[in-house]
Amino acid sequence: MRRVLLRLVLACGLPAVLFTVWWVASAGSTDVYWPPLRTILTAFPDVWTADRLRGDVLPSVWRLAAGYALAAVAGVALGTLVGSHRRVRALCEPVLEFLRAVPPPVLVPVVMLFAGIGDTMKVVVIASGCVWPVLLNTVEGVRAVDPVMAETARSYGITGVARLRSLVLPSAGPQIFAGLRQALSIGIILMVISEMFAASNGLGFTVVQFQRGFAIPDMWTGILLLGMLGVVLSLVFRLVERRVLGWYHGLRASARRSP
Amino acid sequence: MLDVRGLRKVYDGSGRRVEAVRDLTFTVDPGELVCLVGPSGCGKTTLLKCVAGLLEPTGGEVLLEGRRVDGPPPGMAFVFQEYGRSLFPWMRVGENVELPLRQKDLGKSERRALVRDALESVGLADAAGAYPWQLSGGMQQRVAIARALAYEPRVLLMDEPFAAVDAQTRGDLEDLVRRLWRQRGITILFVTHDIDEAVYLGERVIVLSASPTVVREQLTVDLPAGRDQLHTRVDPRFAGLRTRVYEQIQAAKRGNAADALTESSTPPPR
Repeated sequence: MRRVLLRLVLACGLPAVLFTVWWVASAGSTDVYWPPLRTILTAFPDVWTADRLRGDVLPSVWRLAAGYALAAVAGVALGTLVGSHRRVRALCEPVLEFLRAVPPPVLVPVVMLFAGIGDTMKVVVIASGCVWPVLLNTVEGVRAVDPVMAETARSYGITGVARLRSLVLPSAGPQIFAGLRQALSIGIILMVISEMFAASNGLGFTVVQFQRGFAIPDMWTGILLLGMLGVVLSLVFRLVERRVLGWYHGLRASARRSP
Repeated sequence: MLDVRGLRKVYDGSGRRVEAVRDLTFTVDPGELVCLVGPSGCGKTTLLKCVAGLLEPTGGEVLLEGRRVDGPPPGMAFVFQEYGRSLFPWMRVGENVELPLRQKDLGKSERRALVRDALESVGLADAAGAYPWQLSGGMQQRVAIARALAYEPRVLLMDEPFAAVDAQTRGDLEDLVRRLWRQRGITILFVTHDIDEAVYLGERVIVLSASPTVVREQLTVDLPAGRDQLHTRVDPRFAGLRTRVYEQIQAAKRGNAADALTESSTPPPR
């Protein structure tokens, strides 16, 4: 119990300090672009009404979820394919390195040309940015399957789909999740950017609208909300990861106890 | 049961040809427990993997019940030395034991029964819900043995399974193997570098030469079937056999072929 409390204090300590510093430092501010935190917080409930949450936040989250899911499925599937076959890997690796090096935001204008400015464009942009860390990490994870485990599976006639399900994917799991984690932050960035380019709703769109309309405190509330969304998504991610990779954390803990 | 004929394995790696196994011929009869012992680095693992169909031999052939082995055959189970890397850490003990059975055409209740029976016979009936990494090394190797047993193999191949466990645990595991062999009538081919272990466990000991490997001597172990750590190991007959194998291994290390009694199946005089 005390340990949980301590962890909570440690986790909340720095945010509380930063918040206080912001509050105090901005308290007497008359600068239009740096409104006092008090003004921002007062504006928050007025700006983010239920209507707005439904009309702007929900579409954004939906696009993010769709793009992210698409990237996860495609990344793991392609990564498994590339990672399992040496020839395919040799063929694809240079191309993958090139594609990964292209900054995803630059794809927005390109994707707009053929996918229009609707939801499809945003989902495609998010997916095309998120897919690389998932794909590359899956390739590495699948390559690194332990040879003894692979031989065990072979000697018991575990092949094909069963091998994939009981050996390859769980073994690559930790790496895949590392990729998914990177992809999540990329996804949030692309969600906002794609909505800034061309949209009629969404979080990114709303923030830009406020800024253009000189509703500066409202703009700041949007940024706060985005930060909070990021924190919540990362917490959810960690919960899922703890569940799926429980064995991995246990294994590592037991390896630390007896090297 | 198991026929190894003129087995040869050459590794071709980075411009260097390594002849690991030169010419091996031996047979294992049904229900026999045969130990293969040889100096370290003599290609024991290579040989066993060829027998298991995990490696393709360069020459010669392996026959299981008259059928040529060209891939892991269904009637064979393999117990690896590296128990920690052979069990899947993301599966609980019960799931690990059950996994190979999913490839067989068995009902759920049948599988469950096999898993329970196998875990019981290695003394881990209540560990089914644990993860392998929560168990000690010796217990993990027991799980690997249980997994092999549940698979109901006709031939069990064991590759230095106890090399990485401590001496006391090793004694227990050796007795476990003897007991399971007597209870279940499985044919076991057991590879080890430990001379005492080979003599204690085997009904027959095949001594291998240094690499490139050939069979140096075959020795029938005429110790009583009921063996135990306390009495068998001080039996003068045990000491005699042990000395004989030891001499052969030492000679093998020196690469001295002169005093090798290749293919002799008779035990040395008492």
